[in-house]
Amino acid sequence: MTDNGTALSLSNQLMRLVIVGHVDHGKSTLVGRLLSDTGSLPDGKLDFVKEICKRQGKTFEFAFLLDALEEEQEQGITIDTSQIFFKTEKRHYVIIDAPGHKEFLKNMVTGASEAEAALLLIDAKEGVQEQSRRHGYILKLLGLTNVVVVVNKMDLVGYDKDVYNKIREEYNAFLHSLDIKVDEYIPVSAKLGVNIAARKDEMPWYEGPSVLQMLDQFEKKQRLNHLPFRMPVQDVYKFDERRIIAGRVEAGQLKKGDRLIFSPSNKTGVVKSIEAWSVPNQPVTAEASQSIGFTLDEQIFVERGDVATRTDQLPIVSSVFDVNIFWMGKNKLVRDKNYTLKLTTQEAPCQVVEFKKVIDASTLETLVDQDFVAKNDVAELTLRVQRPVAFDLFGEIATTGRFVLVDGYDVCGGGIVTTYTPAIKEDKLRAEVRQRDFNWVKSDIQAQERAYRNGHQSALILITGEAGVGKARLAKKLERTLFDHNHQSYLLDGRNVQLGVSANIEGEQKGESIRRFGEVARLFLDAGHVVISTSNVFNQEDHSDLRLLAEPCPVIEIQVTGVEEPTGNPDMTLSLTEAQNEEASAEKICKYLKEKKILTGHNYSI
Amino acid sequence: MDHLDHLENQSIYILREAYKNFKDLAMLWSIGKDSTVLVWLARKAFFGHCPIPLVHIDTTFKIPAMIEYRDRVAKEWGLNLVVGKNEKAIAEGMNHTMGRITCCEALKTNGLHAVMEDKKYTGLILGIRRDEEGTRAKERYFSPRNKDFEWDFKDQPPELWDQFKTSFEAGTHIRIHPILQWTELNVWEYIQRENIPIIDLYFSNAEGKRYRSLGCAPCTLPIDSKASTVAEIVEELKTIDTSERSGRAQDQEDTYAMQKLRAKGYM
Repeated sequence: MTDNGTALSLSNQLMRLVIVGHVDHGKSTLVGRLLSDTGSLPDGKLDFVKEICKRQGKTFEFAFLLDALEEEQEQGITIDTSQIFFKTEKRHYVIIDAPGHKEFLKNMVTGASEAEAALLLIDAKEGVQEQSRRHGYILKLLGLTNVVVVVNKMDLVGYDKDVYNKIREEYNAFLHSLDIKVDEYIPVSAKLGVNIAARKDEMPWYEGPSVLQMLDQFEKKQRLNHLPFRMPVQDVYKFDERRIIAGRVEAGQLKKGDRLIFSPSNKTGVVKSIEAWSVPNQPVTAEASQSIGFTLDEQIFVERGDVATRTDQLPIVSSVFDVNIFWMGKNKLVRDKNYTLKLTTQEAPCQVVEFKKVIDASTLETLVDQDFVAKNDVAELTLRVQRPVAFDLFGEIATTGRFVLVDGYDVCGGGIVTTYTPAIKEDKLRAEVRQRDFNWVKSDIQAQERAYRNGHQSALILITGEAGVGKARLAKKLERTLFDHNHQSYLLDGRNVQLGVSANIEGEQKGESIRRFGEVARLFLDAGHVVISTSNVFNQEDHSDLRLLAEPCPVIEIQVTGVEEPTGNPDMTLSLTEAQNEEASAEKICKYLKEKKILTGHNYSI
Repeated sequence: MDHLDHLENQSIYILREAYKNFKDLAMLWSIGKDSTVLVWLARKAFFGHCPIPLVHIDTTFKIPAMIEYRDRVAKEWGLNLVVGKNEKAIAEGMNHTMGRITCCEALKTNGLHAVMEDKKYTGLILGIRRDEEGTRAKERYFSPRNKDFEWDFKDQPPELWDQFKTSFEAGTHIRIHPILQWTELNVWEYIQRENIPIIDLYFSNAEGKRYRSLGCAPCTLPIDSKASTVAEIVEELKTIDTSERSGRAQDQEDTYAMQKLRAKGYM
């Protein structure tokens, strides 16, 4: 365990186990039996409980063991019921969120999401029930693959092979429909200790392993080192002279000197150092599930939510994708309502745009034409996020392909990204922009240096509104006002771009002329300018294309409008009367730009 | 990566989530081994710095060596220490003879209340662990408390994939538990590996006694033990079959002592 020669701790071989299944299918009894048969009970405990049963005239049951442990735990003496430990010759196990508690789905999910293996119990007499199916489905969504089905209470059906086979067939059909493969169905009697620790003779027709043998066969979860490198930025620290980008490696490995790209911002940088405190040697590599920090060779603006990857193994970046979710909220999941998506360290408002399939998780029945998801149910749906996020498909990199949905203050749903089709125009443009950014030949003069001299960051200011509200005059005034303050302002008229750069575009190729306008603006932004434009030819959709092309520079929309409700989502509105007074309006815009830290002022004027 | 590495990395992740998501954040430092490990983990998470203020609730009944250790380590490690006291209850003479649960509530829970109100903390990091005691076992990593500090342990938010509860109603706060998953043995193994300076009270003295859990002098009893080094404690814990908090008198005051205390905001 350690380098200084201390004994190897058994806790190094700990496996987290969750036991799920329908109520009364024998979870407590199984836990009691596991503890007893592995010698994990305190001395004399078994005899003590047997004695109590005898006195009270009850038949001893292993479930009582658990009750007795709970009583003890309440007195603060021994074991706690939410974390029960037992051990085999191979390793230690901890049962998370053991039975006995109210079986809310959210508790089951909380426990199971931390587990490495699951035992799913089915009562031989009652057969497959509501929670048997629901829990099966959830285990699949949680990505738990070490699952074994335990067919319990075989003693009550005379150890009948046919009963076992029938349950196996029925449940297997269910699991197949979910694309889950379970190798073992173990027929047991937890009460009588049949096939729990060791194989017993009651069912000679069964040739598979006992429960414990099966558990010991499970492999510990493979670490995700072989996958493409993924590190969502958690935070950026400047506690001292170092500017450390901190986060957890969710997949893959990192080496000092690696060239990284951050999505969705498309910034790139080379890892200068991997930082660590109180270690004998400064690390030069990092691997999956480590919480690390590194510095870059140049100061680029990176923030929480950006996902660092290698430049040849990019994540998907999109605002629309298909997911499978399970819902635990008191309120239903509905269309046209804002929820918060939390995916890795990214957080953004999102909405359901389509309910593809809503499923009653207890029967696996499709609820036809239902456009909401009720508590404890699951669904396949399409999400639209307000701004693009970086992710992977769950099937490819699980840790960056899963998310939760927050309704109000509470996490109410969990889900996985199943499919993504880059069908939307915006995604195609984004892919182009990404290529362009990545291959961009950078100047030796950094953006911050230009900003320092100019007294402002680059920004694109779009003045929008109906024809004849005075946009052109206002734009000219704004250009002049900024210029007079010694700023680099430039009025880029769409008409001028059309006359030259886009002169060869004919007819309906509007998308192309937007792209060219955006690319020209991008050059001015790269040169550090505040670019002003008024073009009326752009609609809301074009604006989002322009924002994409201008990234990471801010695009500020100032809308001149005669009505109270502006069109779209402008950053600032001006009334018709206000716009008449160009000078005051230009000052108002400047004030806004100062608030937004776009106009920062010249260092000599501070 | 071994089990301790795994625990360390997860705790660091939680500390960084707390630091990013809570503007008004503090960490409770009881001087005991768990919260001292927590301070160590914070310095790991923040590359040698501890940017989170440390709150110590002083009941005035603490074992004197604890206060001396606290002030020395705070100075050496450059910690921002905030000492909280329920001055009113102390002035009125509150002590354990008035009932241990009453005293804990007055001097610890309400002492904490006072600091929280004064400093307007909305996130509070604590070094509690699941294996310590039954009600703590049921905790979440990010656990909400209402306006009156109360904990609704029967209806807790789901927690999965390290996506924690970081939004909450004004007036409420979140308790954050970065070492929830550690066991007592893990804590000592980590102290051994990292060489963390721990207060002497944990080591066997001339009378063959050591403290296994630290609290106020009148309510905390040492255990019989010959373990006088970290390595010996690690060995001892592998065979011991009594509970860690067996020397804490308030736990034995009532069958549901800890449940009663914790539902009302005790650590």
